[in-house]
This record gives sequence, C-alpha cells and structure tokens, in this order.
Amino acid sequence: MSAASTAEAPFVAKTKVGRFTDFVDERVGGSGILREFGRKVFPDHWSFMFGEVALYSFVILLMSGTFLTFFFDPSMAETHYQGSYTPLYNVEMSVAYSSSLNISFDIRGGLFMRQVHHWAALLFVASLGVHMLRVFFTGAFRKPREMNWVVGGVLLILAMAAGFTGYSLPDDLLSGNGLRIIDGVVKSIPVIGTYTSFFLFGGEFPGTAIIGRLYVLHILLVPALILLMIVIHLFMVVVHKHTQYPGPGRSDGNVVGYPLGPVYAAKAGGFFFIVFGVIALMAAAFTINPIWNYGPYDPSPVSAGTQPDFYIGFVDGALRLMPGVINDFHFEYVVFGYTLTLNVLLPALVPAGIIFTVLFMYPWIERWVTKDNREHHVLDRPRNAPTRTAIGVAGFTWYCVMWAAAGSDLIATAFHVSLNDVTYWLRTLFFLGPVLAFIVTKRVALALQRKDREIALHGRETGRIVRLPHGEFIEVHAPLDEYKRYKLVGFESPAPLPAVPNEHGVVTNKEKRRAALSKWFFEDRVAPATPAELEAAHAHGHHEAIESGEEQKSLSH
Amino acid sequence: MKALSQKRRHPLAAIALLLMGLLLTGGLYAVATTVNQAKADTTSFSANDAEEGGKLFAANCATCHGMGASGTKDGPSLVGVGAAAVDFQVGTGRMPMQMNGPQAEKKPKQFNDEQTHELSAYVASLGAGPAIPEEHLLDEKGDAANGGELFRVNCAMCHNAAAAGGALTRGKFAPALADVSGKHIYEAMVTGPQNMPVFNDSNVSPEGKRDIVTFLKTIEANGSPGGADLGALGPVAEGLFVWVAGLGVIIAFTIWLTSRTS
Repeated sequence: MSAASTAEAPFVAKTKVGRFTDFVDERVGGSGILREFGRKVFPDHWSFMFGEVALYSFVILLMSGTFLTFFFDPSMAETHYQGSYTPLYNVEMSVAYSSSLNISFDIRGGLFMRQVHHWAALLFVASLGVHMLRVFFTGAFRKPREMNWVVGGVLLILAMAAGFTGYSLPDDLLSGNGLRIIDGVVKSIPVIGTYTSFFLFGGEFPGTAIIGRLYVLHILLVPALILLMIVIHLFMVVVHKHTQYPGPGRSDGNVVGYPLGPVYAAKAGGFFFIVFGVIALMAAAFTINPIWNYGPYDPSPVSAGTQPDFYIGFVDGALRLMPGVINDFHFEYVVFGYTLTLNVLLPALVPAGIIFTVLFMYPWIERWVTKDNREHHVLDRPRNAPTRTAIGVAGFTWYCVMWAAAGSDLIATAFHVSLNDVTYWLRTLFFLGPVLAFIVTKRVALALQRKDREIALHGRETGRIVRLPHGEFIEVHAPLDEYKRYKLVGFESPAPLPAVPNEHGVVTNKEKRRAALSKWFFEDRVAPATPAELEAAHAHGHHEAIESGEEQKSLSH
Repeated sequence: MKALSQKRRHPLAAIALLLMGLLLTGGLYAVATTVNQAKADTTSFSANDAEEGGKLFAANCATCHGMGASGTKDGPSLVGVGAAAVDFQVGTGRMPMQMNGPQAEKKPKQFNDEQTHELSAYVASLGAGPAIPEEHLLDEKGDAANGGELFRVNCAMCHNAAAAGGALTRGKFAPALADVSGKHIYEAMVTGPQNMPVFNDSNVSPEGKRDIVTFLKTIEANGSPGGADLGALGPVAEGLFVWVAGLGVIIAFTIWLTSRTS
C-alpha cells in the first residue's frame, strides 16, 4: 500500500489493483495517515483494555439498537395486547409496551437482540467505570491528560443518561416506577421542580408524552453526544500518546510497546469479536430485563425488588438510606407556600453532586497541591501514591455503600437478616466507610512500599536456611536482578511542599491551605531506595559477612 | 299471647327487647359476613376426624395455643381461624413452629395428609372460619391475564412481580411462590398467614383467586423465555452478573491477549 514515488520518473503501479490504490492514495493521502497511525505504539497491559471494551460495547449498542428501532413504537396510546404471550393476552397497555413484547416474542431474533442491547449497555457502563478507576489509581489523569479525564467523566454521565432513557422506554411496571422516582426527585427541587416536571412529562405524571421524548433523547441526542465525546477522547489519546507502566527503559519521553500495525490492529480487531462474543453468549443464555414479568405500567402497583439498573443504583440507594424523620426532627418544610422536601432532595442530588464534582476537579486539586506542572507519561503504581490511592478507595467505598443500599431488600432476603439492620449498618457505613477505607488503604499502600524497599535493599527471601559453622542460622537473601529492582526503586515520592511566599513576599492564606494539604498528602512517605542506600545495603551485607568471618575466620556468603 | 301482653310493662321488658334486637342484628350480621366463606366448613369432616384431631392438637399444639385452642401468651387462639388456616400452616410445615423468630418458616411438614386433615377438622369444629378451597377453584383453568393484573395490584409489592419473593421489615419476608401448591396459595389468600393481609372473597372474588393461581402456575410452567432468570430478582442480579461474570470473562481475555509479551 505504500506509494513510493521517486523524483526521476512518476510511479506507475504494475497491477490493476495497484493503479487503483495509487489513484485513491494520491487524492486522500491514505498512506500518510496509515504510516502515521500504523507506527503509533501502544504499551501492552491488560488494564489498558477497558476503554476498548467500552468502545466495542458502544459499537454493539449502535448495531443492536438500530435493529430494535425497526420494531419499537414509542407511543403511549392505549391498546390491548394481542401477541403470543398468554399471561398478558388482551391486557390493556401502551403501544410502547406492546411493541416491546412483540420484539420479545413475535419478532424473529427480537428477544436475543433486546438482550444483546441491554447486556451491552450494562457492560458499556461497567467497563467505563473500571477504565476510569484504572486511570485514577495509576495517575493517568495528570498533565497533559486532565481534559481527557473530564471528557471521560462526561462520557460516564452520558452513558448513565443513555441507560436511563433506554430502560424507561418499554413502559413496563419497573421502568414506570423508575420514572416516578425521577419525577419525585425533579419535583423536590425548590421553586422550579414542579414546573420542570410538568414541562418534562407534558403535564401531570405520567401523561402521554414522556416515552416519545425519552425515545428521541435515547436514539438521537445522547448517542450523538457520546459519539462526539468518543471522537474527542480518542483524538486526545492520539495527541497525548498512551501512558505506560514504569519499567526499565520507559520514561516520560518514550512509549515502549508494539506498533498499531499490524500487531495491535489484529489484536484490537480480534478483541472486538471477543467482546461481541461474550455479550452474545450472555444474551443467549441469561435473561435480562424480563419485561413480560413486570406487566404494563400502572401508577398504583410497585413490585418488591424494584431497582434501577446498576449505574443509577447509587442514587436509589442514597434515597433508601435517608431517614424520613429522626425522632421528632423531620426534613420537610413549607417555605412561602412551597414544599421543601429535604429527605428527597438531599439524598438524590447531594451525594451524586459531590462524587461528580470531586471526580471532575481531582486533577486540578492534585496539581495545585503538588505544584507539579510536568508532563507524566509513566504511570504510578497505586501503592506509590498512597494518599491518592486512599482517596480513590474512600470515594469508591462511599459509592459502593450507596450502591449496596439500592439492593438492601435483596441483601436482607439473601442473607436472612433484618432489612432494618441492613439499613442501620449501611447508614453507619455511609459515614464511617470512607474514613475507614482511607486509613486502611493508606496503611496498606505504605506497607507495600516498605516491603518493596526492603526487597530492593536486601533482596528476595529464598527460603533457604543456612547454618553457619558457629551454629547461627541465617536465611539466604537473593539479590534482585536490575530489571526487577528498577520497578521497585524507579518512582517518585514527593515530599511535602512547605508554603512559599509569592512575588510580593507574602505567604497567602491560600498558599497556607495548599501547604497544609501537601503535608496531609505526603507527610507519610516511604522514599524509594537511593543508589547510595543500595550501595550501603550491599556493603552492609558484605560487612556482616566479613564481621562474622572475622569471628570465625572462614566465612563469606 | 296474653301472658306476653300482660308482661309488656314489666321493668325488664325494655332490656329484653333490646337484647332481642341486638341478637337479631348481630345474628344477621354474622350470617351476612360469613356468607362468602366457610360454607363447606365441616361438611367433609366426620366427627371422628375432629376427635382424632383433638388428640393430635392436645399432644402437639396445645403447649402454645392452649387446651381447646383458646390461646396462651405464646400463641394465638385458633377458634374461628378455619380449616384453611390449619391446612396451610401445618401442610406447609410452618406449624408446629421450630422456634420463635421473625416469622414461621416453611420446612418439611411434620404431619401426613390424614393427620393434617384431622387437625383441620378439629379446629374447624371450634368455630366457623375459611374452609379448604373446593377443587374447581384450583383447576388452574382461569384467566391468567386477569390473574396477572390482580397479582400485580394486590400481591407484587411484597411477593415481587415475578413471584420471586421480597423483604419485609425486621427479618420478615414474603416468600417466593414457585413450587407452592395452588391450594396453599389460595388458603394463604383467605387466611392471611404471618404478615400477609387477608384477601377475603369481597376483596378478591373466588374466581379472581382462581385466576391468580392460574397466573402463578402459568408463569411457573412457562419458565424463563429469555434464558437463565438469575433468580428473577431484577436489575440487582443483572448488575451483579455483568460485573462478576461478564467483566470477569472479559478480564480473563485481556490477560490472555497481553500475556505473550511483557
């Protein structure tokens, strides 16, 4: 495919295909693009592939979703189901629910495609989440990738929006219950809430407009935005180049790995089919969202075990954890004729608000604290950034407590415990969990660092016990080879940065706060073993041997 | 009649009249409210059944429910609970109770069908109550679609829309309904065992109950059209599955794909 042209004679391809290829290439410059992209190097690590999983899931979502649009009718007009599922025969329902049932039971391959679409959606959000966790814990959000981290966060929110608008479409009892909760949350917003709800639903809940509106958002606006964000995200990945884990020969100035063409093109192409295969297998063998179980939406019944899909779960869980009244203290007020229901407003919006605010701001927070303005292309091992890792685990723990609370009733029935106790424990963990997680994680990270340092300095324990002639038993330590040692010593361990005066010679309050945070971040630190320390440790080892040798006049090891 | 008219000014005449009036309205009310249940109460039970049942009761149940089923502080009176309640509680093994807990749980039953029948006869003989449903109400040939609507409106909030069960407060729960016989489902509706409310015949007509049983048996026989149902517990089970199995398999593949190099 390379278009080699020489200055002397114009290049003429020998074969028909060659001439055709050359014709196209001269006009679109494909070989240049291919040369550039084909040489892009990607480092190899399993944890780098979750973004890819999300991308492939999205492609599968587009394909299966297109199939579903051929048969789904987002109308809330009333009809009587005439399809082949007898337990719902002739039951009054919306056209939307009826057409979803028809997709499930009367369209060839429809149920499979519905399940492919829904499983792919769950995998899409799950892999997005894991990808973001990987990026956070390895410090890949640092300069120059802060903005791409934000794009990723926006993608997460869009994915949740896509999921929510999607699973509300079938107009079954479960999705209607979910919409009712969202309606309640919207209405709890002071002043504008009720107006917003009426605007959204075209009148009183549920109305006859909402499914059609969600449908337009679900198939048009949200996927278009996701696609746009994916393009920006990938463009920035190309501009920034991929990060890599620390290792010998890897620095912020290079990328060690395989080129895209042909190795990665083949691997990534194959991996798409693996992801597709896994999703297809799940869709074929495991049911998801069995809408026929739930029946048509009717505002009066609410089924036991009504939960949103997992990515909305933490909001639902927060709502479940919020007490209605504490002793005589209640959370509902009437202010100037407007009802202010804090027991809906607080849990629905505050935790999600905190999580996303911190998530979006974190790269700048850390940058401000560390005053680190350098580019980072080599990742941190999570243990080598103990405070950041602890913050991440604390946040994730907080999320998981709320997430678990969304399934509190199922936890109670599955483990035969009292639902009330589950709620009390989760309420306690809501406050204590993140704190405990922070302390434990930080200690574990520091302990692992000390272990690394110990191994770097004194080598690996071989388990071989040697008895010296004078009777002493020692365990022989095998020194590490240089490659392995590099991994244990080649990291940065920033020390706290004390407050410094600005150009006017004043230490501002902001700078003092920064210094305090810096101290909090870095005061507990295990510095990597320096060459001098390594030298000393080896000398010490020899020294020890010589000492014992002097006593026994015969030994070395 | 003369004697009666002579005594009409007797000081106790007003009281006697009041008593008669109360008895009449009370009796009429009692007849009217029990008209939709317990008609066939003791018809299928012989005197011998009730007598044998009484012996079984004295030996196995009276510790908590008291002699003559009049109740103690450990167990309620069973006068008027009807044969259906006994048939349900004993027939599903919930009674005799193994231990005190949030609720009596289903366990292997302790009495055979004949003994259960005798116990039912005994309790039914103590006072009128819901009877064991007749065969034609349990033929599972009702309207499943109507039963589904009734189930979603009346039952799904505790038992889950797919009858997979759900949690109640303080360790109590509504059990899953798969593998529960139509008779026991029906009896549970008319007697309201544990924390379940009573759905008497004016709440849900006998035909409606027949439809509900039909619906439950239909979805049980249908199985899960979409593949393994993951417990029919909804999005929580699905989320858990995608995180553990879905992502687990994907991670195994990513490790495999990147394992050839390092």
